[in-house]
Amino acid sequence: MLTSNYTFAHALVGGILIGLGSLVAAGASGKIPGISGMFSRLLRPRAGDTAWRALFFVGLIGGAAAAFALVTPAANFRPVASLPLTVLAGLLVGFGTRLGGGCTSGYGVCGLGLGSKSALLATAAFMFSGIVTVFLIRHFGTGMP
Amino acid sequence: MSARLIICLFAGALFGFGLALSGMTDPGRVIGFLDLTGDWDPSLAFVMGGAVTTFGLGMWAWRWRTGGSGWFASRLPTRDNDPADRRLVIGSLVFGIGWGLAGFCPGPAIANLAAMRTEVFAFIPAMAVGMLLARFGFGADRDHCP
Repeated sequence: MLTSNYTFAHALVGGILIGLGSLVAAGASGKIPGISGMFSRLLRPRAGDTAWRALFFVGLIGGAAAAFALVTPAANFRPVASLPLTVLAGLLVGFGTRLGGGCTSGYGVCGLGLGSKSALLATAAFMFSGIVTVFLIRHFGTGMP
Repeated sequence: MSARLIICLFAGALFGFGLALSGMTDPGRVIGFLDLTGDWDPSLAFVMGGAVTTFGLGMWAWRWRTGGSGWFASRLPTRDNDPADRRLVIGSLVFGIGWGLAGFCPGPAIANLAAMRTEVFAFIPAMAVGMLLARFGFGADRDHCP
């Protein structure tokens, strides 16, 4: 058990592992391994092009389970929304990532890492609306569901 | 199981361990990062910085060494040629609203299945419905981000 408190080192090393996982998946698949895209392709399975994505997600859940068990601050979990609001958030995240073509990993990590201007625009857009949303909830959010 | 599949399993494990270690799976930390005018928590900038740098430098070095060949006769992905159009901007803005509401983006939501959190059992099916709505309602399911 690593029982230290959360530090920026957790953030940085975690980020490096996210980048490494993306790199290995890109090298093995020849594709940009964005989570929203891989997940949506599992909703539309095609023969011969599904197992690698499914196994990536099995690994992702297993890796997270290991970190939750081994690193105390990794298990921190502070939910911020009611269940109805969480459902609404899920709808918006699913719809928006497919309309826009990527999420925090496909655009925010891989796209930016490759120097894509589209990815920069997309990342700026979802950061902006995320910041505005949190601002509005903080200041006008009393009485939200 | 083929070597390619085992490598994808391993890649997912690195990714998932990193997500949980980094604090991205904690919605409170994500909201703390987006809360610029409040008690701002900059940690996610370290996560993004570490991930972008590692992936970007790794791809650059790999391309330099191999001329762009991946494993198993694949070609390394290049930067997408997606037009930076209205659809990309509107979709990303909608995604950001959802991200700011509950503090989940797709990867961390799925990682939290490992802890059987009630919140992600609500979030993930809704996310799948949203994806299907985008596909069948708007024909939007871009292939560049596979």
